[in-house]
Amino acid sequence: MPVMNMVNALNLALRQEMKKDNSVVVLGEDVGINGGVFRVTDGLLKLYGKKRVIDTPLAESGIIGASIGMAINGLRPVAEIQFSGFMYSTFDQIISHASRIRNRSRGRYSCPVVIRTPYSGGIKALEHHSESMEALYTHIPGIKVVIPSTPADAKGLLISAIRDPDPVIFLEPKRIYRAVKEYVQENEYIIPIGKARLVREGNQVSIICWGAMVRECERAVLQSGIDAEIIDLRSLKPFDVDLIIESVKKTRRVVVVHEAPKTNGFGAEIIATINENALLYLDAPPIRVTGFDSVIPLGKLEDVYLPNVERINKALQKVVSF
Amino acid sequence: MLLTRAFDEKALLLQRQGRLGTYAVSRGQEAAQIGSALALKNDDWVVPSFREQGVFIALGYPLHQLYQYWGWDERGMNIPKKFSILPITIPVSAQIPHAVGIAYALKLRNEKKVVACYFGDGGTSKGDFHEGLNMAGVWALPVVFICQNNQWAISVSRKKQSASKTLAQKAISYGFEGIQVDGNDVFGIYKVVSEAVKKARSGKGPSLIECFTYRIGDHTTSDDASRYRSKKEVESWIKKDPIERLRKYMKKKEMWTKMYEKQLKKKIGKQVKEAVERFEKIPKQNPEEMFRYVYAEMPWFLKEEMRDI
Ligand SMILES: Cc1ncc(C[n+]2csc(CCOP(=O)(O)OP(=O)(O)O)c2C)c(N)n1
Ligand SMILES: [Mg+2]
Repeated sequence: MPVMNMVNALNLALRQEMKKDNSVVVLGEDVGINGGVFRVTDGLLKLYGKKRVIDTPLAESGIIGASIGMAINGLRPVAEIQFSGFMYSTFDQIISHASRIRNRSRGRYSCPVVIRTPYSGGIKALEHHSESMEALYTHIPGIKVVIPSTPADAKGLLISAIRDPDPVIFLEPKRIYRAVKEYVQENEYIIPIGKARLVREGNQVSIICWGAMVRECERAVLQSGIDAEIIDLRSLKPFDVDLIIESVKKTRRVVVVHEAPKTNGFGAEIIATINENALLYLDAPPIRVTGFDSVIPLGKLEDVYLPNVERINKALQKVVSF
Repeated sequence: MLLTRAFDEKALLLQRQGRLGTYAVSRGQEAAQIGSALALKNDDWVVPSFREQGVFIALGYPLHQLYQYWGWDERGMNIPKKFSILPITIPVSAQIPHAVGIAYALKLRNEKKVVACYFGDGGTSKGDFHEGLNMAGVWALPVVFICQNNQWAISVSRKKQSASKTLAQKAISYGFEGIQVDGNDVFGIYKVVSEAVKKARSGKGPSLIECFTYRIGDHTTSDDASRYRSKKEVESWIKKDPIERLRKYMKKKEMWTKMYEKQLKKKIGKQVKEAVERFEKIPKQNPEEMFRYVYAEMPWFLKEEMRDI
């Protein structure tokens, strides 16, 4: 088994799926000759040619709209939006079309599109390059939302997303694109969408997190000495309600961590679901550790904005000593 | 133009030292930027994209504030009152409809000002380009759309960007004039933009100007252009460097002397050095600043969050 980072793992998944299935095409800005600005699509052009690896004009709404048409007509497009900050002009296509064509045509047409896009902060990027807007997508009926946090998960989840019959928004935490290397199975495998990963078992508190925050939570738990259970959601929609409720019934305490703004962040949905299913098991009010309801600042203040070990620890202490 | 080049070179150095973030140099595009900016009056509006330091510099924008912005500090785009320029726009072409709205307000109030709106060749592919230019045409607004066609949008060549023979011709479909101009000829740019500005100012509507130029540097400091274009192509454009061209012309006219060059270099060196010194002396931003400009009045939840930091 080779050791690789998340970029390599995603690249491997694309190579394998394109090899296996001729209908898989990759499109986006700079995905061809340049191999993507983060190199996730590196080498694909050489392997599969420019008919299947398409350098598009600079037109996000067009990229997604065309992907929808391709999907309706039998292809399996994997579109790359260069940064999640440039997703917004695609919303009409995603919300009004990709997510609804199955419903509008009473099942006659479907939209097996994957939209990959790097998101989230922590690398001192330019304006509009660091936001975490995952909650926006979870609000759309008909859309699945996936966020990997390890190279091995990234590979298995991307393969699942490509094979999925419905549109999947695949958010890649760019801060950990190259931060971790691990063994990734060379053969193809899938990680089902909707199944969370139990990162660490524990009894005192359940931490629910995803993306780049998983590592922060692991670090915080190591430092705090608290016997916390960590759940990496891996997919936000659908999310693994069973694992969360089972965990909460055991630990009776909850901390949700995300770097997105607090208001209407996905943490709110998790806690509401816990309240509906296990309110009477709770020994303490759940706590959210999140980004602020302000614009994520540029590099100089970014560290203040993003949840870190210190802030997570504070929440753990508070919820455990309640 | 030389000041812009020197500013960029220093920025690259600062970036390598970790004192600035990702940076987009303008090398090769100085004539297009400075020639066009000089055709504007002080109180005309400027709506830039992200590679227009030449425009900012030609207008006299404080250099240290530009370094400050690219050095991860929002206050660099706290535009001093005397400028009517918008903060740089990173989402490609989103600024085009803003320019249209600003121009509409000018027209409504009968102000004799114009708007200069900048974008790249890649920018012409976005929906906002179409929507913005179309509206400007319908409402005959005082905007000059300045497209710096530097032949590349990161790794996507001009040919792959549009099947149109020229980008200027796109204006025809919006019902106004489009002009392609040698983007490395500072006098040519100045003349064409001046005429478009005059036209806009006298109520005769918008124009699109395509400055045919070249991005000599990498797209940004995060890019490696050797992955997608040949050295030969770059070298052929280095030969057409707009600054060299102007220098040659001035030499011929005996306006460029050794003495002049020496004095100019000294002056520019000093300006850049002082800008860097000022930039480095700027006190840290208080983290509370990140909550202060979200709304005019801070709501309860932000007050609560601010107490948390
Ligand atoms: C809407 C949007 N999509 C993608 C990007 C990423 N990006 C930044 S610059 C660029 C290319 C822009 O090309 P062009 O308009 O020709 O301007 P140039 O960089 O050549 O100055 C891309 C794709 C972006 N900033 N905005
Ligand atoms: Mg360009």
